[in-house]
Amino acid sequence: MRETMSAQESVGPLRQKPQSIRKLRASLAEGHQRATSLAEGYYARIERFNPQINAYLALTRELAMEQAAAIDAQAAAGNPLPPLAGVPVGIKDVLTLRGVPATAGSRILENYRPPYDATAVTRLRDAGAVLLGKLNCDEFAMGSSNENSAYGPVRNPVALDRVPGGSSGGSAAAVAADLAVATLGTDTGGSIRQPASFCGVVGVLPTYGRVSRYGLIAFASSLDRVGPFAASVQDAAEVLHVLAGHDSLDATSATQPVDDYVAATAQDVKGMKIGIPEEYFGEGLDPEVRAAVEAGIDALRAQGCEIRSIRLRHTQYAIPVYYLVATAEASANLARFDGVRFGYRSSSATNLSSMYKLSREEGFGAEVKRRILLGTYALSAGYYDAYYRKAQQVRRILAEEFRDAFAEVDAIVAPTAPTAAFRIGEKSADPLAMYLADIYTVTASLAGICGLSVPCGATAAGLPVGLQVLGPHFGESAIFRVAAAVERTTQGE
Amino acid sequence: MSAEVTIAEVERVAELANLELAAEEAAHMQRDLNAILGYVDQLRQIDTSQVEPMAQVGELFVATRTDSRGESLRVDELRPSLQRTDVMDSAPETDGAFFKTPKVIER
Repeated sequence: MRETMSAQESVGPLRQKPQSIRKLRASLAEGHQRATSLAEGYYARIERFNPQINAYLALTRELAMEQAAAIDAQAAAGNPLPPLAGVPVGIKDVLTLRGVPATAGSRILENYRPPYDATAVTRLRDAGAVLLGKLNCDEFAMGSSNENSAYGPVRNPVALDRVPGGSSGGSAAAVAADLAVATLGTDTGGSIRQPASFCGVVGVLPTYGRVSRYGLIAFASSLDRVGPFAASVQDAAEVLHVLAGHDSLDATSATQPVDDYVAATAQDVKGMKIGIPEEYFGEGLDPEVRAAVEAGIDALRAQGCEIRSIRLRHTQYAIPVYYLVATAEASANLARFDGVRFGYRSSSATNLSSMYKLSREEGFGAEVKRRILLGTYALSAGYYDAYYRKAQQVRRILAEEFRDAFAEVDAIVAPTAPTAAFRIGEKSADPLAMYLADIYTVTASLAGICGLSVPCGATAAGLPVGLQVLGPHFGESAIFRVAAAVERTTQGE
Repeated sequence: MSAEVTIAEVERVAELANLELAAEEAAHMQRDLNAILGYVDQLRQIDTSQVEPMAQVGELFVATRTDSRGESLRVDELRPSLQRTDVMDSAPETDGAFFKTPKVIER
C-alpha cells in the first residue's frame, strides 16, 4: 500500500477530535460524566476558539443547559438514555429552531426568528441531543468556500488562512475543532461532502427524501438535503439514524424503513463490488488528492473488495446542469423574500414596487443575486427550452447513468473534491472557478443518490483529503460500510 | 443558445426578479452571466430529443416504495396552526392582524 500521511498526523492548532457518541453515552449512563458540565466545557471552548474560526453565529446556552440538566436527571434516576443523550450539537443556520435567529447567512434574514422547529432539529431534540447554537454558512447555502456569508467567512481549523469549504463551512469546522460532537448541514450540490473533505471530518448526503426538509430555508427544493457531520463514520451513522424517516410535513419525504446504519459500520466489506469512475480521476485532480484517494482504494482492495473501473460518461455535463436547475429553483424559492412578512425591509422605499426591489437589492449578497438572475434568465420566455428544459433532460441522463452503474457495483468511490482546502480569497473573484470546486459532488445531488465524504489522508502540507463514497437510492448502509473500512485503515484503528 | 447577454437583457431579467441593480453591478453580472452561460453551452453537444425532462428524482424510486404513492399523503385532519402573534412578530411592519406595506397605488 502506498504511504500517505494519515489524517491524524495533520492536526492543526485548533483541530481536536471529539469523544465518540458511544463512549459519551456510556459515561453519562455510568455517571462518570455529566451532560451539564460537558455542555459548559463546550461553551468554554467555543468562547475561546470561535473568534478565530467564526463557526457559530448564535449560541443557545439557556436551552442547551436545560436540555443537559434533563439528561442528567434521567441518568441520575437510572432511566434508559435516548440515543443522542447529552451529545453537544450545532445546527446550520438554514434550519429553523423556534425563537432563535435563522439568518441563512444572509442580511435579509438578520432579525428573523422562526416560529417553529425544523423536523431534523426536533428529531435531535427528541433524541436527547444538546443544541449549542447556530452555525455559519454561505448565504442561502450558495457557495463552496463559506466566503459568501453576510457574517464573515469561516476559517478552516486545520489552517486558518484556508476556507473550510461550503456551504456548510461552519458545520464542518465546528466538528473539526471539537466545538460540537456532531452538527447538521445541508447539501444541494456538495455543501456537506466538500467541507467535510476540506476540514477532515465525515459528512453524509442522505438519499433525497430520507431526511425531512421541513424547516429548511429552501435553496433548490429538488436538490436540497439535510445531513450530519461527525468526527467518525460511526458517529455520523448514529446521527443519521436519528434524522432519517418519514415526515408528513415534507411531501417528498420517503416512507422506506430506516436501516441499522450503526450496525453497517461494523460489517466487513469482503466481496463488495466497488466502482471507480474514470471521469473522476481526470484533468484538474490534484496529484496529492489522487494519491490519498488511491491509498483509500488500496485499503478497500486489501480488505477484500472487488475494485472495478467504471464509466460515467456524462459527468462533465453535471456542473452546467446543476447551475441551471439549482439557480432556476432558487429564483423561485427566493421570491418570498420581499420585505413584507419577514426579514429585512429597505427604509428608502417609497412605494410597494420599490420596497420589493430595494429590500432585495440591499438584503441579498452578490452571489445570491447572480444565481437569482441566472435562474430567472434560464426560466424566461425564449430561453426556457434551451436552458432549463435541456438541463432537466440531461439530469435524467445523469441519473440513469448512476442507476445503470449500481446494477454492476455496490458503491462508487471517487475523490470528494479536486483539491484540498484552498486559500481564503483564492477563488472568490471568479464564480465559474468556484463552481468547479463542486465538480465531483453535483452529479450525485442531481441523481438523488446517497453519498458521504470520509477522511482518507492528507497532503504534504497537512491538509485533509476526503474520499467520496456514493451509493444507490436508500443505499446508506452500503456507503457506511465502505467508509468505515476506509477509516479503519487511514486512522489506524 | 450562446448569444451574448446584453446589458438590456440583464436589466430585463433583474426587473423580472425584482432586483434593482446598481449600474456597476449590472456590468459585473453581465460579465459573469456570459462566462457561466458560455460554459453551460456544452450541453448542446448532447442529443436529448428522445429524453423526457426530469424535475424530481422521486419518480426514479417511487416504484420500489413499500406503499403506493397516495399513502404518503398525510391525513386530512385539523391540527393546530402557528400562533398569529408568533408569525406577526417577524414582520417588518404590522398592526398585529395585517402586514403593512407602503402604498400600492399612487394617486
